[in-house]
Amino acid sequence: MNPPTNQSYPLETRSVVKTYDTDFGIIHAVDDVSLHVAPGEFVALVGPSGSGKTTMLSILAALLQPSSGRILLDGIDLASMGEKERVRMRREKIGFTFQANNLVPYLNAVENVELMLRLNNKLDKTGKLRARELLARLGLGERLHNYPGQMSGGQQQRVAIARALIHNPSLVLADEPTASLDTERAYQVVETFAGLIHEQDRAGIMVTHDLRMVEFVDRVLLMRDGKLVQVFTTHEEIMRLARGGPHD
Amino acid sequence: MRRLFSMAGYLAIKEIWHNKGRFLLVSMVIGLITLLVLFIAALGEGLGNGNREYISKVDAELIVYQAKSDFLIGASRLPRNRLDDISRVNGVSDTGRLGTSNASIILPDKPAPLKVALLGVDPGHPGEPGVLQGSQLRSNTAKEAIIDRSTALRSGLKIGDNLVIRTTQGTEDKFYDLTVAGIAEGQQYSLQPSIFVPFNTWDKVRPKSEAELNMSNPIANVVLVKLTDPNALEQVRQRITAEVNNVDVATISQAIQALPGYSAQQSTLNTQGGFTLFIGILVIGGFFQIQVLQKVPQIGVLKAIGTSNPVVAWAAIIQIIIITFIGVLIGGLFSYLFSLTFPPTVPIVFNGTTSAAALAALMIIGPLGGLVSIRYAVRIEPLKALGLSS
Repeated sequence: MNPPTNQSYPLETRSVVKTYDTDFGIIHAVDDVSLHVAPGEFVALVGPSGSGKTTMLSILAALLQPSSGRILLDGIDLASMGEKERVRMRREKIGFTFQANNLVPYLNAVENVELMLRLNNKLDKTGKLRARELLARLGLGERLHNYPGQMSGGQQQRVAIARALIHNPSLVLADEPTASLDTERAYQVVETFAGLIHEQDRAGIMVTHDLRMVEFVDRVLLMRDGKLVQVFTTHEEIMRLARGGPHD
Repeated sequence: MRRLFSMAGYLAIKEIWHNKGRFLLVSMVIGLITLLVLFIAALGEGLGNGNREYISKVDAELIVYQAKSDFLIGASRLPRNRLDDISRVNGVSDTGRLGTSNASIILPDKPAPLKVALLGVDPGHPGEPGVLQGSQLRSNTAKEAIIDRSTALRSGLKIGDNLVIRTTQGTEDKFYDLTVAGIAEGQQYSLQPSIFVPFNTWDKVRPKSEAELNMSNPIANVVLVKLTDPNALEQVRQRITAEVNNVDVATISQAIQALPGYSAQQSTLNTQGGFTLFIGILVIGGFFQIQVLQKVPQIGVLKAIGTSNPVVAWAAIIQIIIITFIGVLIGGLFSYLFSLTFPPTVPIVFNGTTSAAALAALMIIGPLGGLVSIRYAVRIEPLKALGLSS
């Protein structure tokens, strides 16, 4: 399960541990997890509730410091960074979509996408054009000036995907991107997401509890009790998992 | 730094524009607070001015009172020989007596007489106000008067007009005819418009008790003293106290503070103004705190995608400044429009300095009130805000 060491990946973690000291003793939310994601690879992180996948995602997103271990993003260790540097890494090298409340409500679709360029001081004519083109590719060409409140959940998720990709991040993270969508829209959103990650050569990780959505990913990592317990790499294994078949 | 403000300004303005109605409502509340603060300040200025206007404009540096009169002009009595003693003190350039009393002016075309402060002054000496129109008083026995601007406005009297004064002497009402010699700027005394008459004329026409009717030696209330060198105020003051029997000496500012009710009135109004500003802080603080609580997830998203804390904080500060500025502008405009509707008899004076101080205080209370909410916004953790924490 450990990644090969002679190849460099956009994302690589080594023996990541996250513990919480509680009244009932020490809880290992993430326990010795090592993984890697290659450029253009879309990985799903799945597991039952409380398996540690959301904690792992928060660590990968530079939102949470691990108790030990290393998280190498483009070779830079997030675990050894201060808060200021981690904010800069989130801004420059990571794209993020969340379950809900994804967009800034007072910015319209194109402004939400441009926000990442603005934050990185890279909003120029080309950037503006790219934001419009990306939204158009996601089927939102007619919704550029709509505010989040004027869009459906699926449309909002697609704007969030555009925002997560517009600044050419090394790593794109999605936390339950289909949680608030109906099945048809959920498939559309994940398929589009996967297509763009492959096309733009980004490293992508999606946390999901909906195993049906894994049919669009390249690899599935199964977590249980904080540990990475199984990896599904072949198309057959993944499709079996997506159709609800046995996977042990 | 420029990038920080540009990003913060962008987010602040976009949010205000998107939620115009909500923010305008808060601006209106701040506008009402501004209106209240400005009116309390103007009322304080108007009432204070009505009390102190003559004393604050008098052409003298010191006021000499009878000893132990607690610097109360009405309680002080100084005979003529005191004036001579004071005039002889080294450092005194000029002196003038001031006699104060009340009278009514009978106006033929108005149903009610106009109540005024009747002030007796020595023509050509400290105490006599400079005229804007007409001429100064000619002699100490001339049957003429200088009226101040507020008397002129309320009575309609002009230069050369006949002025009929009614006073009570003994038990009888007496009427005296005077000629309006000049009109001076506003010189209110004891919240009344003023008329100035030569000292001996004042002594003749002023209200008197039975006992005072046969007195031949005119008694002044206080003596106004002009100095050769205004910088030698303290030295001359000590010299007068030492060399003249039975007197106390006050500076103009001490005399103003000692005017009956002046300090109590001003401190009451200042407290009211202070409380209004305090309420303003609570209202603005409350609004922005509620607003931050409502947008915790939104701030969480901004932070999660890499917006720094300084940007989040400055966006909130810029919003508060803009909203407060608009509110103060609305309040200032309404105050101005309201002030146009008030008759001159209402003691409300929009003084530039006082209003500017009130407006500056209002501009400060916005960010001050919002401090708690800014601190809260900065402390929002994206993990918790987005529900990602275990």
